[in-house]
Amino acid sequence: MKIGYYPGCSLHGMAIDFGKSTEATCEALGIELEEIPGWSCCGASAAHSTNHLLGLALPARNLSLAEEAGFRSVAAPCAMCSNSMKKTHELILSDKETAAEVARITRREYRGGVTVLNAIQIFLEYGLDELAKRVVLPLKGLRVACYYGCLLTRPPDLLKFDDAEQPVLMDEVCKAVGTEPVEWGFKTECCGAGFSMSRTDLVCELTRRILENAVNNGAEAVVVACPMCHSNLDMRQANINKMFGTEFNIPIVYVTELVGLAIGVKPKKLGMRKHFVDAMRLTKRLSAEPQEEVARAS
Amino acid sequence: MSRIGVFICHCGENIARTVDCARLAEESGKLPGVMVSVDYKYMCSDPGQNMIKRAIAEHKLDGVVVAACSPHMHEPTFRAAVVQSGMNPYLCEMANIREHCSWVHTDRELATEKAIDLVRVMVEKVKRNQELFPIRVPITKRALVIGGGIAGIQAALDIAAGGHEVILVERQPSVGGNMARLSETFPTLDCSQCILTPRMVEVARDPRITLYTYAEVEEVEGFVGNFKVKIRQKAKSVNADICNGCGDCWNKCPMKKIPSEFDAGLGYRTAIYVPFPQAVPNTPVIDREHCLKFLKDKCGVCAKVCTRGAIDYEMQDEIIEAEVGAIVVATGYDLYGIGKEQPNERWKGYGEYNYDTYKDVINGIQFERLLSASGPTQGEVRRPSDGKVPKSVAFIACVGSRDPEKGIEYCSKICCMYVAKHAMLYKHKVHDGQPYIFYMDIRAGGKNYEEFVRRAVEEDGVLYIRGRVSKIYKDGDQLVVVGADTLSDSQVQIRADLVVLATAMVPHKNAYEFAQKIGIACGSEGFYSEAHPKLRPVETMTAGIYLAGACQAPKDIPDAVAQASAAASKVQLLFSSDELEREPIVAKVNEVTCVHCRNCIRVCPYSAIDDKEIRDRHGNLIRMVAEVNEGMCMGCGTCVAACPSKSVQLAGFNDEQVFAEILALGHE
Repeated sequence: MKIGYYPGCSLHGMAIDFGKSTEATCEALGIELEEIPGWSCCGASAAHSTNHLLGLALPARNLSLAEEAGFRSVAAPCAMCSNSMKKTHELILSDKETAAEVARITRREYRGGVTVLNAIQIFLEYGLDELAKRVVLPLKGLRVACYYGCLLTRPPDLLKFDDAEQPVLMDEVCKAVGTEPVEWGFKTECCGAGFSMSRTDLVCELTRRILENAVNNGAEAVVVACPMCHSNLDMRQANINKMFGTEFNIPIVYVTELVGLAIGVKPKKLGMRKHFVDAMRLTKRLSAEPQEEVARAS
Repeated sequence: MSRIGVFICHCGENIARTVDCARLAEESGKLPGVMVSVDYKYMCSDPGQNMIKRAIAEHKLDGVVVAACSPHMHEPTFRAAVVQSGMNPYLCEMANIREHCSWVHTDRELATEKAIDLVRVMVEKVKRNQELFPIRVPITKRALVIGGGIAGIQAALDIAAGGHEVILVERQPSVGGNMARLSETFPTLDCSQCILTPRMVEVARDPRITLYTYAEVEEVEGFVGNFKVKIRQKAKSVNADICNGCGDCWNKCPMKKIPSEFDAGLGYRTAIYVPFPQAVPNTPVIDREHCLKFLKDKCGVCAKVCTRGAIDYEMQDEIIEAEVGAIVVATGYDLYGIGKEQPNERWKGYGEYNYDTYKDVINGIQFERLLSASGPTQGEVRRPSDGKVPKSVAFIACVGSRDPEKGIEYCSKICCMYVAKHAMLYKHKVHDGQPYIFYMDIRAGGKNYEEFVRRAVEEDGVLYIRGRVSKIYKDGDQLVVVGADTLSDSQVQIRADLVVLATAMVPHKNAYEFAQKIGIACGSEGFYSEAHPKLRPVETMTAGIYLAGACQAPKDIPDAVAQASAAASKVQLLFSSDELEREPIVAKVNEVTCVHCRNCIRVCPYSAIDDKEIRDRHGNLIRMVAEVNEGMCMGCGTCVAACPSKSVQLAGFNDEQVFAEILALGHE
């Protein structure tokens, strides 16, 4: 299948590992991603916190470009991008006045023909049974904590994705590729997001709680689908350990990386060397797995 | 020439706010045939009724139109008033200028015009009204009570005490309902079983009460005083006449791990079982979905050990037909399911409370079972996961209730009280334990209720935290309850060994289907509708069917019992006369023009029309026609519409009257 692709700023920069893993995994699955011609910034939190209409106009422009290019669905793996695009889509469809105002600003019309997919939805659209069939190197028994953060599900009445309080769909994807999602309590807890720079202490406190609960519930890795979550959980682990005297050393992986590994994509192609906390050890586990099984059998 | 009086009601401000009543009176006075037209603030009051009565005598009226509220509300009032002046009640009609006009419009000018139209239409109809006389039908002085919880039990006992026969139908194998599962009751802390079980025994023993347990009402036909009901007696697989309830069968049954419905899943039962030791009747039933004999045609142990030969695997469901004059619906309530699985789309559930995942997150009825002396822990508070005595317990009020986000807007009324009771009883059993209660408000309206809550706070040291809980997660073998304390404006985290959720009271999941089956109405949330929220709280809109208990709205035991007694006294009132007067609004066939095409017989939803033979004086059959049974006709008019030769007319709504109304509407 061929779908539109909206990498946004982060998948080309700070979260290049997310971008690479999305592209490589989709390629391996036969999902053809084609960038929206002439796409621009989604506005992120900067736009909507300055001006409501600006926060709608930027994603609306990209949506209309995608519509014009004939895409019925667009993959926007970054949670912020898919969040702002989905919100804009809903608001334009539900409020004629806003729609007219936005169209006046962008000088383009968006008729609502595009479905925006977050990273998890790419796999749900592909089909979980189908995905399970493509698994060649199952990360069998790998206990993962699926961390959704805030942007994937909220505000629930606009995003219409999963249960905002107790989401499960990322867990389903992880199950489909052979890992074991653990039951834990911080799936949707705030990671501190953009306060990473201005209030590092706060972010460290919040992420400490998340990591602690994941580890206490037996997780060996945390799976995410948002560049902001990834950076806070991955990059700040050293700070946290210093600040609280803890010894966290838990890989934070994108759901696209996890699926990629399981269907046999080379770790290098997935960009997994780019992490702060070593994630390559998961790949060692991959290759060691069959031998262990032999050892146990004999 | 007709002599009609028009009486216009302001209904306080309800009508006068939007309709210019003085102008309406003036315009109505000009209509042909209208002798007198007046307006008054409250036409339904005594002075208002007197105005009508005096005018009938003074102006020698032969028809009355009251322009006021819906006929549902006050048609009986005004018809009774005109009777006092010697007028036939069916010469009095109402023009609904409240629900159909003032309440739904805002433009005074247009609303007044519409009100004038509505009055003109009714004046034209009344001119063609004929005197009608009530039909008298006999009353079957036997009542059906549906539901054997405390409300149903009370209603049945009261009706029986009045000397009438009662049929009591209960879905479960025993009577007792939810009350039988409770530990102690607020605000007196008397033991639920101790006050309930004697009543259960009484119901079974009273010779005037026929008790069907493990049975359901399948069909209700007929009308007030003359219902025909079908009851499905599910096959118990045990002959109740022979069984002496010795218990050998359930003690030997190998299927020992079936979650007990009575213990809300905290205990187990066998496949052949009585739901609890004090069950009435004390004869077991076989749950065929779990019994090896029915699943795999193996085992048969119960039949082998029964010394009296009471086990009967061949037993079939049985349909019992009965005639009753009145029905009391007392079908009770269910609890809101906390997790994601919900019976409808509006209800969202609280996934974040992990009710389905964590064994130590339980609901209120489960905690009742933990407190109950006959419960799975013999009344010791031990948590389900590891049997440890919890040293701190968090109670969360309003789980579902008052949370439109999760789909329920109403207050479940009893939770504030039972949460206080739970915390108190927990403290009485675990002296060094600490109960916490998360709440929104404390609604303790009721005799000795507020005092009870104060006692929990002041004497038993229950800590109340005003705020909602955002989530519950596991940390080690404890649960962390994260919430807000809105009084100190801070976030709180409580480490608890056990969490008890006070879930909303909701209607039975098939409440709507059942309402349709027996012909009563229910509100959008599924609770059954009373005829009037203030003045007729136990009647339904269907004559002869009454409500008792939580099937009508969330209520506690005293309220349920009070309503049950009220329903019973309504039944007694109905049974106090031998005949019932029925509205004569029934269809009649013109035998001269009827060609016996049988269309009406086919379309009648009440099976009220039959074939009739017309014979000459020697007894020779001349021809066949259709005939309406006046006792069964509900006056719906379907046959009138279906008759190709216009041979059926509905009394009070004949073609002439209806056409006159339509023509009056076109008049300008």
